[in-house]
Amino acid sequence: MEVEETRLPGIGLRHDLLTASGRRIGVVSQSTGARHLVLYDEVDPDATAATVELTPEEADAVAELLGAPRITERLSRLREQVSGLATEGVPILPGSPYVGATLGDTALRTRTGASVVAVLRAGEAVASPTPDFRFQADDRLIVIGTADGVARVRALLHSP
Amino acid sequence: MSDAARLLVELGAVVLALGVIGRLAGRIGLSPVPLYLLAGLAFGTGGLLPLDAPEDFIEAGADVGVVLLLLVLGLEYTADELVGTLRRQAPVGVVDLLLNGLPGAAFALVAGWGPTAALAMAGVTAISSSGIVSKVLTDLGRLGNRETPAVLGVLVLEDLAMAAYLPILTALLAASGGASAAASIAVALGVLVVVLVVALRHGQLLSRAVGTGSDEVLLLSVLGLALLVAGGAEAVHVSAAVGAFLLGIALSGELVERLRGLLGPLRDLFAAVFFVFAGLSIDPRELPAVLLPALGLALVGVATKVATGWLAGRRAGVGPAGRLRAGAALVPRGEFSLIIAGLVGGAVVPEFGPTVAAYVLVLAVLGPLAPRLADPLARRLALRAARSRPA
Repeated sequence: MEVEETRLPGIGLRHDLLTASGRRIGVVSQSTGARHLVLYDEVDPDATAATVELTPEEADAVAELLGAPRITERLSRLREQVSGLATEGVPILPGSPYVGATLGDTALRTRTGASVVAVLRAGEAVASPTPDFRFQADDRLIVIGTADGVARVRALLHSP
Repeated sequence: MSDAARLLVELGAVVLALGVIGRLAGRIGLSPVPLYLLAGLAFGTGGLLPLDAPEDFIEAGADVGVVLLLLVLGLEYTADELVGTLRRQAPVGVVDLLLNGLPGAAFALVAGWGPTAALAMAGVTAISSSGIVSKVLTDLGRLGNRETPAVLGVLVLEDLAMAAYLPILTALLAASGGASAAASIAVALGVLVVVLVVALRHGQLLSRAVGTGSDEVLLLSVLGLALLVAGGAEAVHVSAAVGAFLLGIALSGELVERLRGLLGPLRDLFAAVFFVFAGLSIDPRELPAVLLPALGLALVGVATKVATGWLAGRRAGVGPAGRLRAGAALVPRGEFSLIIAGLVGGAVVPEFGPTVAAYVLVLAVLGPLAPRLADPLARRLALRAARSRPA
C-alpha cells in the first residue's frame, strides 16, 4: 500500500491511496484544520465521486473509529507472535493512591520489569506515555512484560 | 441633513444593498463579484439607481480593499510553496501568460491604444481570479480532484507573475519618456527583489515581532503595517497591491491562522467596496459601445484558459476529462483585471475602463458556470478513456 502526498498551494495537503479492492480514497487536509474525506470516481480516477467535509472534531472521531480497533488488533497479534509475552489492561481504580501520581513516580519498570506502552483514557489511547504522564481515576494502563511482571504490576497498583 | 448624517445614510444604503445582493448571489449560486460590479454601475452617474454615493469615501475604501485582498492572498502562501511551485511548474506559467496575455495585447494594438495599453490589456486577459477559482473548487467539492494541484499551481504562478508585472506597469504609467520609464522600472524591480528576499529570509522575525499580544493588538498592528508597506510600495511605483502581497507572504507560522480569522471579515467588506468602486468609476452609458469587443475577447479568453488547463493537466499526468475540468476552472477573471483597470484609469484611452469592466462582467458570470457546463463533456471523455484502457 502506498500513500501519495500532494501539496495544494494555498489550501493544504492531499493524501490518497489505492485500496486492494481497486478504489481510490483520499483525505484533503486544509490548513484551517478542516478535513475532506474523498472517494474517487470508478470511471474517471481523476475526479471525486463524493466529498465529505469534516470539522476537526469529526475528523478526530472518524480517525478514532478507524484506528482504535486496529490498536487492539495489533496488540493481540503481538501477544500471539511473541510467546512468553503478556499484555494486560490494568485500571487505576478511583480512590487508588496512584490517582494524581506520575508514571515516573511509580517506577513500575524498575520494580516489576513490565512496561506501560499506552494509557486508555475516556476512549482515547495515549501511546508511549512519558515519565511525567499523570494518572487519573479510571485510566487503563496497557502493560507489556512477562506474565509474572504483569501480575506484579496489577498487584502493586491494586494494593491498598 | 448634516454632512455626517448624509455620509452615514448614503454609505449605509450602499452597504445594505451589497448585503441583499450577496444573499441573492448565494441563493442562485453565482459569484457575488459581477453583481457588486453591476451595483456599482447602477449607483454611479448615468446608472439606473444613482445613489449619490460618497465617492471619495468609497474610493479610499476601495484602496484599502485592494490591500486587504492581496494581504490575505499572500497569507495563503508560504515562501516554500511559491519557490517549489515555480521550480516544478514554471513552463506551464510561461505558456499560460503567453497564451492568455497575447490576445489582450493584440486587441489593444489593433484598436490603436498604444504599447502601454497593450501591456495593461495583456495583464487583464491573462490573470485568472484566484478568489473566484478557489471558491468554485471548494463549492463544487473538487479540492480532492487530481487536476486541482495543477489548477492551483497555475494560480500561484500568476500571482507571482503579478508581483513582477504590476511594478513594471505602474512605473511605465508614471514615467513620461523612454529613458525615465526604463529607470523607474529598474528602481521598482530592484525594490521588489530586495523586499522579496527580506520577506523570504526574515519573515519569521517579523511574525514573531507582531505575533504577541491580544487579537485586537494583532489586528491593528498587521493592518497598520500592511497599509504602511502598501503606501510605501505605491510611492516607489511597486504598486500597493504588490506591497501587501509580499507582506502576506512574509507573515508565517501559527500567526497566519489567527490573522485569517481576524482579517477575513474586514477583507470581505472592503473587497465588496472595491468591486463597487470599480463599477462606480465607470459610466454605464459607455458600456454598449465596448460590449461586442469585450464579448469577443471573453470568448477568446475562455478558449485560451481551457487550453492552458489542458496543458497543465496533461503535464500533471491527468486524463482528458481532468484536463478539460482544469481548463474550465481557470476561466474566471476578476479582482486582478479590475486592479489593473484601476491603475490605468483614464490615463491611456477612455475606452479602457469600460472594456475591462464588460470583460470581467462576462467572465466573472461565465467563469463559475464553466466547470458545470464542461462536466457532461468531461464525463464523455472519461468514459471513452475508460473504454480504451486495457481491462
